[in-house]
Amino acid sequence: MKISRKEVEHVALLARLKLSEEEINLYTEQLNSILEYAAKIQEIDTENVAPTAHAAQLFNVFREDEVKPSLAQEKVLENAPEAENGFFRVPRIV
Amino acid sequence: MKLLNMSLAALHRLLKEKKISSTELTKEFLRHIQKAEPNLRSFLTITEEIALRKAEETDKKIAGQQPIGILEGIPMALKDNICTEGIPTTCASRILENFVPPYDATVTEKLKEAGTVLVGKLNMDEFAMGSTTENSGFYPTANPWDFARVPGGSSGGSAAAVAAREVPFALGSDTGGSIRQPAAFCGVVGLKPTYGAVSRYGLVAFASSLDQIGPLTKTVEDSALVLNIIAGHDPKDSTSVPFIKPDYTQYLENNVKDMKIGVPREFFAQGLKPEVQTVIEEAVRVYEQLGAQVEECSLPHMEYALPAYYLIASAECSSNLARYDGVRYGYRAKAEDMIDMFTTSRTEGFGQEVKRRIMLGTYALSSGYYDAYYAKAQKIRTLIKEDFEQAFTKFDVLLSPTTPTIAYRLGEKTDPLALYLGDVYTIPINLAGLPSISLPAGFADGMPVGLQLIGKHFAEGILLRAAYTFEQNTEHHKKIPAWLEEASKNVF
Repeated sequence: MKISRKEVEHVALLARLKLSEEEINLYTEQLNSILEYAAKIQEIDTENVAPTAHAAQLFNVFREDEVKPSLAQEKVLENAPEAENGFFRVPRIV
Repeated sequence: MKLLNMSLAALHRLLKEKKISSTELTKEFLRHIQKAEPNLRSFLTITEEIALRKAEETDKKIAGQQPIGILEGIPMALKDNICTEGIPTTCASRILENFVPPYDATVTEKLKEAGTVLVGKLNMDEFAMGSTTENSGFYPTANPWDFARVPGGSSGGSAAAVAAREVPFALGSDTGGSIRQPAAFCGVVGLKPTYGAVSRYGLVAFASSLDQIGPLTKTVEDSALVLNIIAGHDPKDSTSVPFIKPDYTQYLENNVKDMKIGVPREFFAQGLKPEVQTVIEEAVRVYEQLGAQVEECSLPHMEYALPAYYLIASAECSSNLARYDGVRYGYRAKAEDMIDMFTTSRTEGFGQEVKRRIMLGTYALSSGYYDAYYAKAQKIRTLIKEDFEQAFTKFDVLLSPTTPTIAYRLGEKTDPLALYLGDVYTIPINLAGLPSISLPAGFADGMPVGLQLIGKHFAEGILLRAAYTFEQNTEHHKKIPAWLEEASKNVF
């Protein structure tokens, strides 16, 4: 499987990254070399193998649905690039 | 050299017996940091004032005849992806350059409660993606053994700082070798605990199913002492495992008699440099002479671990790093509309390697490729895990080199795939979630070589015992770089 220049541009759009012409060329080349190497995993038959998402034993973590203190609003907003009246302020959407 | 080179237990004794105050100790390390930093650049932030305030607290306790904890009053530093309330936590990324966490990571909180003195935050590859610390968005760190070489990564600042005796210990994080590889390159002890043994709450996420925090120390005993503080179940991290935490120092026994050690032959292929192999073979002989039963074994699926890892880790990274959008925290670029703000903030804020991995991960998760890459890699992960389970029916510990080579020269490796290949011996362990330790095993071309030991889930104890025994019967961990001998002669 080869990744085309067009696909690189599409993936960049999905990832919300703007790439220059040079970067598109570079990433097309580098991603292809990484994917060519990664194709190795296709060699092996995994028809009857279950996937592992987590190495630790999986179990559900339950807790009581109780209200507990959380970070104060002003602390949450401390790092906001722009805040107004207790809200995060962003550029116009519609 | 004495003071800067002392073990945690020795520093504790000095403090307890009032031979030195925590303030004096902290100042001594801060002075050494000032001297060493122009060459090393291990630190991103130095928290002198905060450190001296904390040291004073301990000194008041000691003056008031109150008992102090084993790490109380002792300086340390944290990798800059571990959140510290009120102190910048940048992940060595421009996108978080001005981020000041409103809360502490669980490990930060635990170390604070234990009375340790935070002297600063350490350099790393941006978002822990890399193996040289050259991907730092700010500046590269040098290897204390040769300033023209890299310290490894991504916890390069942590390893360099401990090796250069800038701090008695540091914490790093390990997603595919990021504690063990720099520990090997810098000649210190690096422990990656079992996945779920140490809380990840407040560790800025790279690949959540692989990330784990652990100590970088001068000795195995120090490693056990730090693990005692940071390990344990945390309700704030849903992947943290409820387990009975032992006192890890009880395993520090100089004895490997009848211990069964497996040497997987797959870890001696794939680009292993002969000079590294020689050192590791010598380590095997040490274990044999000490009465361990050492035998070759096989982990047949290891060659698939590296490609599977880069697909899984990149997929998780692309998802985790979606949060950097300029809305709630981090860098925001000037933009006309919302979408442009997301895109421009990310484009200007992230470095090359981070973008490359976001691209790879987004592709591996995208429609049409998900099954071939991500789903397939997760199945490979099962096979890797089973290989280890099989080996551990026969062996207590597995032994390998930590890395196929010694530390690279700064700027030597530019091809991303070539760099990924350097992680070949450390990555399978993260996929399987196992504990693993790298310890100094000798030198090649004047540079340190790391020995890697791997244990069963939650078998940190036996791992520490095997490592401790090796250390007690060898001298490699006592060597320090020549400039340091001179620079650190002090009054004490």
